[in-house]
Amino acid sequence: MARANTRNTSRHFPGLATHAAFFFAYLYIPILVVVALSFNENRLTTIWTGFSTDWYWAVLNNSDVLRAARNSLIVATFASLIATAAATLAALGMAQGRSFRQQNTINATLALPLLIPEIVTAVATLIFFVAIGVQLGLLTITAAHTVFCIPFAYLPIRARIEGMDPALREAAFDLYANERRTFLRVTMPLLWPGILSGALLAFIVSLDNFVITFFVSGAGSTTLPVYIFGMIRTGVTPAVNAVSALLLLVSLVLVTISLLISRKDV
Amino acid sequence: MSHPVASSSLWGRLLRRWHAWATIGPGVGFIILFLVIPSFMLMAVAFMTQGPYGLAQMPLSLQSFRELAGFGFFGWSPGNLYTLWRSVWQTTIATALVIVISYPIAYYISTRPAHLQPLLLLIVIVPSWTNQVIRAFAWMNILAPGSALTNFAYNLGFLSEYMGLFPSTFAVVLGLVYNFLPFMVLPLYASFQNLDHRLIHAARDLYAPPVKAFFQAVFPQTLPGLMAGTVLVSIPAFGMYVIPDLLGGGRSQMIGNLVARQFAESSNWPLGAAAAMLMIVATLVGLLILRRIGRRAGGGKEVVL
Repeated sequence: MARANTRNTSRHFPGLATHAAFFFAYLYIPILVVVALSFNENRLTTIWTGFSTDWYWAVLNNSDVLRAARNSLIVATFASLIATAAATLAALGMAQGRSFRQQNTINATLALPLLIPEIVTAVATLIFFVAIGVQLGLLTITAAHTVFCIPFAYLPIRARIEGMDPALREAAFDLYANERRTFLRVTMPLLWPGILSGALLAFIVSLDNFVITFFVSGAGSTTLPVYIFGMIRTGVTPAVNAVSALLLLVSLVLVTISLLISRKDV
Repeated sequence: MSHPVASSSLWGRLLRRWHAWATIGPGVGFIILFLVIPSFMLMAVAFMTQGPYGLAQMPLSLQSFRELAGFGFFGWSPGNLYTLWRSVWQTTIATALVIVISYPIAYYISTRPAHLQPLLLLIVIVPSWTNQVIRAFAWMNILAPGSALTNFAYNLGFLSEYMGLFPSTFAVVLGLVYNFLPFMVLPLYASFQNLDHRLIHAARDLYAPPVKAFFQAVFPQTLPGLMAGTVLVSIPAFGMYVIPDLLGGGRSQMIGNLVARQFAESSNWPLGAAAAMLMIVATLVGLLILRRIGRRAGGGKEVVL
């Protein structure tokens, strides 16, 4: 929308660009520091002595790290798949369900995992699993992750459905396509970017989750963030920087892809 | 979107209702089973008594709430109340700093060419999607003894030798600000997008200095974004666990740490559950206060929330 009043007024506030430069530096310097230190040869993490990729080899040959990484991938894959399936169904149902009045309650329930403080969710889930007598492990982590993955998957899918032109579906019906055919040929192709974007976001939040995982993981079911936390607590070697840099890279790439997909117009 | 069997017959209504619950059921069911029911269990545990291994047992009592208020075996101690107070003021300072830093950024982004704005927003958001533990750890590196920033602080006389800038309250607030900046920039940016720039021109044409122009011409227009951002920042900051745990010492722990400790090290589940309940109550009270402030500042109008 081009309006006369959107002319640039930033020249009235000097120093904006400098502030912005400091801001972006503040945002990215910590991430760059972790990556830079992961290539540091020295055992003492903060003293730079030379470039080396040894820590990456140490990490890739560490069976504990690899097991934690495998656990993280298993959990994130299952949690994001289940959550995305549930979220897609829910979004489709909500779009059709004008007829029922509980819309607000249902939307609030689906957003609930985002509203409750993470630490409260963590200890409540722990109490629940202990009370029903389930052994803490990958299964409990996956269940707990699926819960908070649902809103992350739901929001982009719902946004996609709301942005859809109802005329497209109506056109399909006018051309004698039945419900199934319309769904497969019109709704799904249009919805697909939203689903993919939501699934990626769910995958990332699961992969990166620490607090809830920390409380519902048992012995032998450590995920990568929990393992990294343990490494930081027990004594820092540059290996932490290397694992962290790898996890950072995965998150950065996936989230960028997801946000770019969801930006595409309907 | 209308349903193809959108007839008003009884059969049509039943089919639609069944369809609605078959689609919404799994997601809502999952959340009820693994979040709503556990939350009620948490409440129940808060009213139980500490049993063997710190687990909860009957009978029901208010013992955990007395302990939370500081009444223990050795008489009254203010430790827990300090923790609660600290959570409030560390959150307040961090939120205030986030607001001050975010305003110019949101404004700056909203005045860039239209094709650059999504990219700049992306750059702002992306770090918040990375692992929280790693981001806190990154600050541990930067604030550790011997780092450039620490040496700088030492040369300015802020630190004694061999000290680091963490663990400290300073580090916790810094970490909180770092963590929550994007949650303020986004809603503020949304407000700035609809800004009526003519008011700024008018203010400046009438020789208002930039500060006055800001408070008279910009600030009132961005109030909805500010209120939304304040909620998005202060509520999760108040419940933060990782940042005070890694960046703070014993004197900068927050209520989230108090909760965690009862389930990890010291094992007193009823006390932990009571603290968690207090956290939720405090969150709701905070929301109500923010809502009231928003309404008053908005001149009686409902401002978001």
